[in-house]
Amino acid sequence: MKALSQRRRHPLAAIALLLMALLMVGAIYSAASSANQAQAQTESFSANDAEEGEKLFAANCASCHGLGASGSSAGPSLVGVGAASVDFQVGSGRMPLQMDGPQAQVKPVQFTEEQTRQLAAYVATLGAGPAIPDEEILDASEGDPANGGELFRVNCAMCHNAAAAGGALTRGKFAPSLEGSSEKHIYEAMVTGPQNMPVFNDANISPEDKRDVIAFLKTIEEQGSPGGADLGSLGPVSEGLFIWVAGLGVVIAFTVWLTSRSS
Amino acid sequence: MSSSTATHEYQPKTRVGRVTHFVDSRVGGSGMVKEFGRKIFPDHWTFMFGEVALYTFVILLISGTFLTFFFDPSMAETHYEGSYLPLRGVEMSVAYASSLDISFDVRGGLFMRQVHHWSALLFVAANAVHMLRVFFTGAFRRPRELNWVVGTTLLIMGLAAGFTGYSLPDDLLSGNGLRIIDGVVKSIPVIGTYISFFLFGGEFPGTAIIGRLYVLHILLIPAVILLLIGIHLFMVVIHKHTQYPGPGRTNTNVVGYPVGPVYAAKAGGYFFIVFGIVAAISAAFTINPIWNYGPYDPSPVSAGTQPDWYIGWVDGALRLMPGTVGANWDFEWNIPFPWGVNTLSLNVLFPALVPAGIVFTLMLAWPWIESWVTKDKREHHLLDRPRNAPTRTAVGVAGVVFYCVMWAAASSDLIATHFLVSLNDVTYWLRILVIVGPIIGFMIARRVALALQRKDREIALHGRETGRIVRLPHGEFIEVHEPVDEYKRYQLVSFESPEAYAPVADGNGHVSRSEKLRSRASRFFFEDRVAPVTPSELHASHSGHHGEIANAQDRESIASH
Repeated sequence: MKALSQRRRHPLAAIALLLMALLMVGAIYSAASSANQAQAQTESFSANDAEEGEKLFAANCASCHGLGASGSSAGPSLVGVGAASVDFQVGSGRMPLQMDGPQAQVKPVQFTEEQTRQLAAYVATLGAGPAIPDEEILDASEGDPANGGELFRVNCAMCHNAAAAGGALTRGKFAPSLEGSSEKHIYEAMVTGPQNMPVFNDANISPEDKRDVIAFLKTIEEQGSPGGADLGSLGPVSEGLFIWVAGLGVVIAFTVWLTSRSS
Repeated sequence: MSSSTATHEYQPKTRVGRVTHFVDSRVGGSGMVKEFGRKIFPDHWTFMFGEVALYTFVILLISGTFLTFFFDPSMAETHYEGSYLPLRGVEMSVAYASSLDISFDVRGGLFMRQVHHWSALLFVAANAVHMLRVFFTGAFRRPRELNWVVGTTLLIMGLAAGFTGYSLPDDLLSGNGLRIIDGVVKSIPVIGTYISFFLFGGEFPGTAIIGRLYVLHILLIPAVILLLIGIHLFMVVIHKHTQYPGPGRTNTNVVGYPVGPVYAAKAGGYFFIVFGIVAAISAAFTINPIWNYGPYDPSPVSAGTQPDWYIGWVDGALRLMPGTVGANWDFEWNIPFPWGVNTLSLNVLFPALVPAGIVFTLMLAWPWIESWVTKDKREHHLLDRPRNAPTRTAVGVAGVVFYCVMWAAASSDLIATHFLVSLNDVTYWLRILVIVGPIIGFMIARRVALALQRKDREIALHGRETGRIVRLPHGEFIEVHEPVDEYKRYQLVSFESPEAYAPVADGNGHVSRSEKLRSRASRFFFEDRVAPVTPSELHASHSGHHGEIANAQDRESIASH
């Protein structure tokens, strides 16, 4: 004790104290917060599911992701990606990958729902990760579309476009249009961050806020376009193209008619 | 009207006659109708785009007036309580809320907004096409140079009106556009920040800009446009309309229909056609769905953020400008001044001002550049066919290519996603094309124009190829050519074709440097001209060919026996 009190005016004492305080705050935060914790698997998979999933994995996925999903030079390890990741990638038709490219393209879904569930069950056994979301958190009618819209504009619109019509990223990558995406896939994309998308974990956007985002997307999808055909919701470019091709085209047709001589 | 004071006062017999006589004897309408109603306008579909521009402007005035009844240009904060669900309760400016109210809660408001915006796009497009027609046919030559300048100013005013209007709803899209303007203004060295603070009434976005843009948009700019349109049309009446060359059309007459009754009916009816087209488009196609973009907030920027098409080329130039070249060479320079370090941000200043500066300066100066090169100060009321002025056409095409590459660059992200190519590659290619494209466009357009002239020459001299092959008695095969009729031939042979000239010495026998330059420019313009067919050439070829065809026909009739 005396040795410690003797050093209390040491030039590095302040720094040591600061470090200790930071460590303590960090430790308390990580103990108290569950935000960064891998979620418990809410959907119950049977042991049989995982077993069947392993067989499917070995036959269809292991050539790239490696046996035991430990990864290879052709594909990343899937340990800890969670069931949500599998459900999104396989369930939306992105996996198995059709070809190498800047990012996985959507194609017709290759597995049945049953098989997708089995694959997800298998990958979930490899390590804790985001789970497939519950039905109740996906119910768009419970959400607040106005709040979802604000969250969407701040967090999502810079890549996906304000009307969720999609947009370009660098070097051939892109953020897809969200029209027609299921509530489940939208939620899973937010928690797993597929392709180039960042992960929006529950500390960033709470599950209820995620539901609001889904509610916003479903609202604008269902309400249609109040002003008539939306021209792809791509903004002024499609509007300009339209007026130059269709608008001016019709105008020219009429000018030709007006100035033609009756013969 | 002084003649009406004569002893014998005219007494109309019918009631309509009395009313018209009452008006006529006080404002002199019949004189104006007599003068103006007999004005002749030539008929050609390419002459109608100026009218389209005028009519869309009238539509803009009408629909814009409707919108001012409901729009509130205040940037005060409010919470939206209207009927559009996905925005209810969201904090926004009064301007944006009132734009949403126009769209969703004012009867017919959304339709009128769409009429206003679609006709704005069509207004500038019609202006642009009208100016291209004027340029490529040489209608800007004396005496119409000043009207060309007025027209160019009208186009610039059209852009200003469009941009100020685009910014008014205070949605995310327009706010992003304003942010770019703010960035461009701030990149002006030394005074940029002062101008920006003056414009926005403080740091961007402030609380003043929407009101200020509103005043410009509904008061100042439309007044200037209206004034310029008045001057423009007045000059058209004074100069009379140009016409395409043809039999019976000369530099001193105008062949066409009189305003009254033919053109008054055509033009009046055409207004309703244009209004109908705009209304049909507005009823069926949405434009600027401000509810998608949400209220302006300086932090989010949506993908696919673009200005309206006519500002697109400037946005495209900004997108094409590299921030750095190689690893170290960047365009942001810090220049020490006695009062401190000023930043010269050429990566913003250069693309924002230089391409537009080049295009508009060349446009405004072109009538004088061309008459300087050709030494042609005469009046021209007959138009050129674009092929008959190959270098001018080529310069125009180069300008169009330059513009269109930048225009395309504004949609580089959509090109990337829709044609499944890399955004980076699109940018690299367009960077090359914006420099190389105009040069290639120039060369190709000039060659095509010269080739078409040669084709015209060929047709004038030898007629059209009929595809009928005839074998002559001595075994030779010839193709029968059918001579064109005189009206068509007139068009092919009657055009002016300036020649390159050698530098001329002035009175002191001295050849000035500018004269040498002028001669070089004239060589560049007219060196490889294709001379129009002369009457003697025509005569020579005719006598030869008629014989040939007659011969061939004899052969045929012999063969068929």
